[in-house]
Amino acid sequence: MSKMGVTASQTVGPFLSIAMRSEGQEYLVPKNSKNAIKIHGIVYDGEGTPVPDAVIEIWQANINGKYDHPEDNSDNELIKGFSGFGRSCTNNEGQFFFVTQKPGRVNGRGNSLQAPHLAVNILARGMLKQQVTRIYFSDEVQSNAEDPVLNQIDDELERKTLIANFNPNGGLIDEYEFHIYLQGENETIFFDV
Amino acid sequence: MTEPESYSRESKKDHPPAFYRDYKSTTFRHPKNRAIKIDHTVTEVTGPLFSSVKLEPGEGDLSIENGKEAQGQRIFVSGRVLDEGGRPVPNTLIEIWQCNAAGRYLHPNDQHPAPLDPNFVGRGRMISNEKGEYKFTTIKPGAYPWGNHFNAWRPAHIHFSLFGPAFVTRLVTQMYFPEDPLFAFDPIFNSIPSESARKRMISEFDLDTTEPDFALSFKFDFVLRGRQATPFENGA
Ligand SMILES: [Fe+3]
Repeated sequence: MSKMGVTASQTVGPFLSIAMRSEGQEYLVPKNSKNAIKIHGIVYDGEGTPVPDAVIEIWQANINGKYDHPEDNSDNELIKGFSGFGRSCTNNEGQFFFVTQKPGRVNGRGNSLQAPHLAVNILARGMLKQQVTRIYFSDEVQSNAEDPVLNQIDDELERKTLIANFNPNGGLIDEYEFHIYLQGENETIFFDV
Repeated sequence: MTEPESYSRESKKDHPPAFYRDYKSTTFRHPKNRAIKIDHTVTEVTGPLFSSVKLEPGEGDLSIENGKEAQGQRIFVSGRVLDEGGRPVPNTLIEIWQCNAAGRYLHPNDQHPAPLDPNFVGRGRMISNEKGEYKFTTIKPGAYPWGNHFNAWRPAHIHFSLFGPAFVTRLVTQMYFPEDPLFAFDPIFNSIPSESARKRMISEFDLDTTEPDFALSFKFDFVLRGRQATPFENGA
């Protein structure tokens, strides 16, 4: 059995924005649409300095818990126009954001059900390969407690690195804050997928 | 309910470590905790398909800007996107970016005192066809200096970003050119432990696909992660 060797990963380098920055890719839904939420945060390095040359990508199910992809065999309904992919290049202050809808719950392995979450890719200068993490939501206490992936993490503080903090924001669009720490005391939990 | 079919796991030899001392910027940008291994769920085996992306004519040709020709050696870069089983990966988004022939990026933070080319942006996109094939027309990028260590120069390269069929098939890499004298001195190239994996990042000059009096040609195939339990057929 011979497999072809995979192509190796290399850093995106400092000039990723030439190809990766383009208008509107942070918006998975329009910002004044029903159920729109904003997720925002800052990427920090191990010295606590914001990372201005990173790109964050998200992949998520729609509000019904359905991925726009043929391998999602659930009966949940697709929503026309919702692709589930977003990309945000950090600005000079290391900030990124997305406007989207909170995903519904999707199946885990076995008979489990996962809590609402976004799959996240982080790429930057100084990173030879992307890091993968997930964003969960602080106002999903019950489903988070049942989530098989979160439950692989015993340490409460480590779990918290994956949970975006809800900020109702007084009638404006609901906001969630999610910072990414590439290294250091508050280091984000990353996944080996 | 059927379980999602997992993808193969990555070998540490084929990919760079998060911390590679010789590439200084990795020092404060690598996690120190061990990544937590998770089983593939529907989240990991699905991914963005970009079926609604409509490319503008010319997005695959970086050698012409506003009808005017960029300076430098015109080249084709073409090949296939495959999975580990050798099967084509069709309809997948490929994004590229690069510096110009003189080694300068069109980016405000690029301070290399080499000339900018008014007819070169250095950004392109393409979607692989049904057979997994792609073809860009561009300008051979120059080598450029960077601040990693004294007299550091990057070998000529083109940055590539690919998605493939799933969240876990995402790949960002760099494609190099044959026989570059700078390979031996480049920590980014040498961050890959396996020599054969390093060599797979080098494109091949291909006389057959050059265009006489117009452009040279380099071939490069991408191999993305495939399924774990794929049965391989033995030719017959
Ligand atoms: Fe580069």
